[in-house]
Amino acid sequence: MKTEIIPFPKAEAELRSAFWDQVSSFPEGHKIKLCLQCGTCSGTCPVSYAMDITPRQIVALFRAGHLEDILNSRAIWLCASCYSCTVRCPAGIRVTDTMYALKRLAIGNEIYPKRFLVHTLSKTFTNNVYRFGRNYELGLGIKYFLSADIKKLFSNIGYGITMIRRGRLGIIPHRLKRINQIRAIIKKANQFGES
Amino acid sequence: MREYAYYPGCSLESTAAPYDKSIKAVFKTLGVGLHEIEDWNCCGATMYMSVKKIVGYSISARNLAIAQNMGMQICAPCSSCYTILRKTNRHIAWDPKERAKINEALNAAGLSYDTLVDVRHPLDILVNDIGLDTIASKAVHSLKGIKVAPYYGCQIVRPHGLFDDVDDPIKMDQLLSRLGAEPVHYPCKVRCCGGMLMTTKEDVALALNLKLLEAAVDNSADMIATACPLCQMNLEAYQKKINKRFDRNFNLPVVYFSHLLGAALGIDLKEMGIGQLFIKPEKLYDVVKEVRV
Repeated sequence: MKTEIIPFPKAEAELRSAFWDQVSSFPEGHKIKLCLQCGTCSGTCPVSYAMDITPRQIVALFRAGHLEDILNSRAIWLCASCYSCTVRCPAGIRVTDTMYALKRLAIGNEIYPKRFLVHTLSKTFTNNVYRFGRNYELGLGIKYFLSADIKKLFSNIGYGITMIRRGRLGIIPHRLKRINQIRAIIKKANQFGES
Repeated sequence: MREYAYYPGCSLESTAAPYDKSIKAVFKTLGVGLHEIEDWNCCGATMYMSVKKIVGYSISARNLAIAQNMGMQICAPCSSCYTILRKTNRHIAWDPKERAKINEALNAAGLSYDTLVDVRHPLDILVNDIGLDTIASKAVHSLKGIKVAPYYGCQIVRPHGLFDDVDDPIKMDQLLSRLGAEPVHYPCKVRCCGGMLMTTKEDVALALNLKLLEAAVDNSADMIATACPLCQMNLEAYQKKINKRFDRNFNLPVVYFSHLLGAALGIDLKEMGIGQLFIKPEKLYDVVKEVRV
């Protein structure tokens, strides 16, 4: 009997190619191929209970040709980088780093879950680093809540004021003396492609 | 005299100011030099890794390049900075092509990074370089009577577990018990606090922190000791919100491990920014009243 190989739709194929570029750009990224679907990652993940698809399912969906669905999921944006999965995976897969790779793929291709704008925090953050060289926490918080969740802005005002009064939240951002160095580094490194 | 290049990181300038103050005061009292990396920049945190990896590593490497010229190891108290700076080194050592790209980006700013600089967490430096004997010999107060939940969080032990075990780290326990405190059994010592999820997905983060507080209270802790700015902020500043959401009445102080060490060394609590915390650690005020003979 002849087995017919059905090619991936074009969009999926392009995403998959970009995904392989991403995972080959960090140490041991290729080990994702060794996943044995044991579910240790999902079991050890402190936030998997709140994910729409679990880390184990992410690999299964990828193998089944549903990378776009993965990028549309909230799961990758719930990963808090605790590295529990990374230290426990019996196949030695760098699960946390793979989550970062998926986040970069999502941002690079502008594929996000509906009504869940966590990625805007990352973008606001990187803009702040370009402007000031350091994180500007007050500005980051306000800008993020304005764009993603305006109700949260109001519910966090009291908290922000207490932090300011305790001297734990600066009002004026600190700008590096040699901010031009940071900007030159960012501009140059940005030329090295997506990964 | 031991000397380290100090990388405070953005949090220690703002939300974690008490951590910065206490680490500086402790190192000074122990006669260990901390020299701030001049004009240091953000390490990129977990955020840059989500947008563009090579840019994130390149800006992180600027700090390493400046420290390389100082000829000292780096002391990085923020767990996140510690992990990112270490990951930057690992990435550079992993692939010569990536190393070349990062150096090309650094060259655009007139910098280069050739000799890898070791990045250390102050807990590692205190226990392994300075040593518990030296520290104990300089203590003027005993922390006797303080039951403390030692909370390590994620990123000083994971992903690599370099100076302590990834599942059951003990260095903070050893330090605190040597100073007379009683580290309680704390099953959540390496459980995640949610980090930035407190901003992006508050419901999930509040539930995570509820577990951490419950475990500390269930094991009769008087306070939690942390080694990470984000853990401290989530556990302490959001305690009111956790109480409201889950109908509890926690009022558990959350200090940095360096506060307990500093108190034992006789450093003024105010100098260590204890007054900037939301919940006053009463027990710490009690121990500094009594002078050990």
